[in-house]
This record gives sequence, structure tokens and C-alpha cells, in this order.
Amino acid sequence: MKMSKTSIRIGSGAGYSGDLIQPAVQLAKEGTIDYLIFECLAERTIALAQLQKLKDPQLGYDPLLEERIKAVLPICVKKNIKIISNMGAANPIAAVDKIIELAKQLKIKKLKVVAISGDDVINAINDQDYKLIESGDSISVLKNQLVSANAYLGLRPIVEALKLDADIIITGRVADPAIFMAPLFYEFNWDIDNSDLLGKATAMGHLLECAAQVCGGYFNDLDKKQVPNPEAIGFPIAEVTSDGHYTITKVPNSGGIINKATCTEQLLYEIHDPKNYITPDVIADFSSVRFRELAPNQVEISGATGVKKTGKLKVSLGYKDGYIGEGQMSYGGYQAKERASLALKIIKNKLHNLGLSKYDSNYELIGVNSLSKDQVEETPSEIRIRVALRTKTKEEAITVGQQVEALYTNGPAAGGGASKSVKEIIAVQSILIDGNLPTIQLTTKTIES
Amino acid sequence: MKLGDIAHSRAGDKGNISNLSLIPYNELDYLFLKKQITEEKVKSYFNERIKGSVTRYELPHLHAFNFVLEAALYSGVTRSLALDPHGKTLSSIFLMMEIDPEEYQKYQQSKPV
Repeated sequence: MKMSKTSIRIGSGAGYSGDLIQPAVQLAKEGTIDYLIFECLAERTIALAQLQKLKDPQLGYDPLLEERIKAVLPICVKKNIKIISNMGAANPIAAVDKIIELAKQLKIKKLKVVAISGDDVINAINDQDYKLIESGDSISVLKNQLVSANAYLGLRPIVEALKLDADIIITGRVADPAIFMAPLFYEFNWDIDNSDLLGKATAMGHLLECAAQVCGGYFNDLDKKQVPNPEAIGFPIAEVTSDGHYTITKVPNSGGIINKATCTEQLLYEIHDPKNYITPDVIADFSSVRFRELAPNQVEISGATGVKKTGKLKVSLGYKDGYIGEGQMSYGGYQAKERASLALKIIKNKLHNLGLSKYDSNYELIGVNSLSKDQVEETPSEIRIRVALRTKTKEEAITVGQQVEALYTNGPAAGGGASKSVKEIIAVQSILIDGNLPTIQLTTKTIES
Repeated sequence: MKLGDIAHSRAGDKGNISNLSLIPYNELDYLFLKKQITEEKVKSYFNERIKGSVTRYELPHLHAFNFVLEAALYSGVTRSLALDPHGKTLSSIFLMMEIDPEEYQKYQQSKPV
């Protein structure tokens, strides 16, 4: 049995799939970390990745995987930093093959990479009826539109992969905190059924999973909430001891700030009842969490706990749901608001005449009422109109942007800067399945000298 | 006087549900917010925007609240036609809520130091 460490440092290298790469490189170089974790999967990302995989079986993993791995792998190998990420998206095995290929190009002599698959349950849920959590309908209403079905797995398979002595672990859909929690249970030999430790670890994972958001990213409000050096905000590090104590910090001299306020905002980010934060591993309880500022940019977290998991897993279903067609145009100066309002009225009538008024739509004035309804009292000197429709066909969606763009030569005076877009909607709903339904598989690929 | 003068907030989204934290700059204002920023007030402030209920969770150890707004995101980020489909900007719109300066003054004079 391996020797247990008494403390480890976990760095958070990405808060979403498009996040900055440089702060992760900084963490690897200067963070004295043992693990570098990249959380890159949003709610519908995996459905989009699944569509990509259908086109090319060697794709379906995170589009920035190559760039991220190239940037950090040589440093991580040199400093013996393990990498865990959900960048596998819809295709963890192809992602692992890609990493091995990149590692060979980088002349890395020894590497073990493990893919965790089995979160894809689209075949396993085929023969049963499930109720959709959001709409309450039967899953059968989505049958022809369904693109993906991925269960949120917990930390167990990641701990198993660490026991295989993996240097890099690539997953598909797992609960976001799990990729941060697994190293603690592996390194400290913690009991994987200990709800109190699972609750503590969940709070840590939750604080880290959006990277800069706990370090003064998404926080700056000028004099009310000041953030030093906001051009160079560092990503967070959790320093955890084997008895379950931990602090959140960042690389010295990086920009940003970590204090009680940043930690409180992030703890409550995207949670509902703080007493019942349901994950695959535990029902975490954040209601008694306390933060203590030990030093500048060093906050101690205590008080998180949890109770036994539900035994169910949430499954995200991605399904095709039509298209959104959008068009925008700006009006400025003399009578800007009046001309913009007229432009909206003209488009509305045109789309009605084209038979598109049956669809859900947004007609709005950016600068006046696009974010909240009529909060602006003064008339701004420049306004952008925005029209968006959710249509059944792509052709109808294209029409929306075309009509807005044609305001150039057909609309009120002096509209400028038209833009248009069409996107296919991959919507997401969820079901709950039995925790034992997914068949989890670990696939190991190695480079050996 | 605006809510944003004495507290800060961050919005999160899960499906069609938005959550807004509310954290006073001064911990001693927690009880003032507890009395003033009720579920009913938040529901009526956002008016037709929130189709569902508003639930307030209290975190006295952190001197913070978490407001959960059901059916608040025009069916959620994946289908929404909104310019800000996540409802990210709702937090700062929340902070535009009016606070009665006299009530606040009264609280300042009566609160424990």
C-alpha cells in the first residue's frame, strides 16, 4: 500500500471549456501543486460533442484539449503533477489517444493516461420509461430528437484510476466537484462512504470548479468590490490536509483577490438549498460553512458536511429542438430610440406576413430593455435592436437575420452595423436513473521508455 | 438608496432556475436584509420575469442569503431567446432594488455594535 501524504495542493486550471490557458500554465509552473484539474463541461457541451463524434469517431472531446495539454504537459511531467479533466466530453477514449499522440510529439518518455467511460447511457435507458424532471413529460416525447444521454458519475471511478497510478485521467460527464475531490480520497486513503468527508470535499470542489471566480474573477464592482491587478487574475489552489482542513489560495503575485466575500459568492454559485446540495457521491450540506481569512489571499474553510447519497444519478439528455434565428442593427443620434422602435415594428410586421408570428420571439432594444424590462429612464444616445425567434426549420431562422439586415436599404434612416446568426438548438432536460445502471470502464494507454 | 449600496450578489443558473446570492458588505446588516428582502418583495421586484416561486435560504454563519427563482430564465440557457440566456445580469439588476433609507437609518441606530 502506498504511503499516505499529510497534505496536498490542488490547482484549478479551467472554469469552463473556453477558459484562459495561461493561468493554468502559471499554476503548473509556480503553484507547487500536486494536481491540476480542468473542469470544461457545461450542461449541453456533451450533446454538441456527441454530434461531432457522429461526424468523426475520433472527435467528440473538448476542442481546446490539444492546446491545453500541449501548454501544461511538459511542466506537469517534469514536476510530477497529475492531471484530471472532464475534457473527454463525448469521447474520453479518443481524447486519451490524442494525449498519447501529443505526448510522443513532446518527446515524453513515460506516461500513463486513463479514460473513464460509461457515463453515456443512451442505450441503457432505451427500454424503460422515465419522467423528465423539468417538464414532467415522459421521455418518449423526445424520442426522435434525442442526441445524448449522459449520467453524472461520481468520484469512485476517478479514485480507481488514480490507484492504477495514472498520470492523467480523462472523463466524460462527471459531477463537477468529483474531479477535484477524488485526489483527496486517494491520497489520504479516506473512506469513500464517509459523508462528512464527502461533504467537506464537495465544498472544496465547488469553490474550485469555476477557477478564477473564487479569485476575484467575475467579482470586480469598482469601489464596492475592488480587485487588484485584474488583467492577470490567478487561478485557485486548495491546500488540503489529511484531517480534512483546507484553505483556498493562489499563486503569490498573481492578480485578483481571495477573501470571505469571493468565497461566499462562489460557495452559493449555482446551488439551491445550501443544506441539500445533491451530488452522485453525497448530499452535501453547506449551511454551516464558515470562512476565515488567515492571511491576504488565504481563506480557511470549515463546517461543510453531508449525508448519505441518494443512490440515483442525474442524466442530462441533449435533444434537437429547432433553431434560433437572430438579427441586430444599431441606431444612434437624433431620434435614435424612435427609429429603433419603428425598425422593430417593421420587422415584426414583416415576419408576421411571412407566417412566422406563431413562434416564440424577442423584440428588444439593447440599452433599454434587453436585460430587464424598461429600467432605463433616460433615452440613450445609441440603441441596438435585437430580434430573435425560435423556429422549427433552419430556413425560417435564416429569414429572421435576413429581414433585419435588409433594414440597411429598406428600413428607417441610418441603421448601421447589422449582424445576424442562426444556431441549432440542442436543449437539455434531465431524468434520474438507478446508480448502478451505468457500466463504467477504465481504459489505460501508456508510453513506456 | 439601492440594495447594491449595502450588499453584493452573484447569479447562477441551472436549467430554468436562477439563484441569486445576497451578501451584505457589513455582516451586521444581515438582520436588516433578513427583514427587508423577503421572498414576496423579490418576486414582485422581478415581476413578470419570474414565472415561478421565490425561495429564500438563510445562511446565518456566512451572513448571506440564497434566493432561488423558479422558471426565471425563459426555459433556460439552451432554449432561451434572451440576450443574456444565463440570466447572469440578474444579480446586478437585483442590486438596483430600492431600500428605504429611513428604515436603514433606524436599523443602524438600533443594531448591536
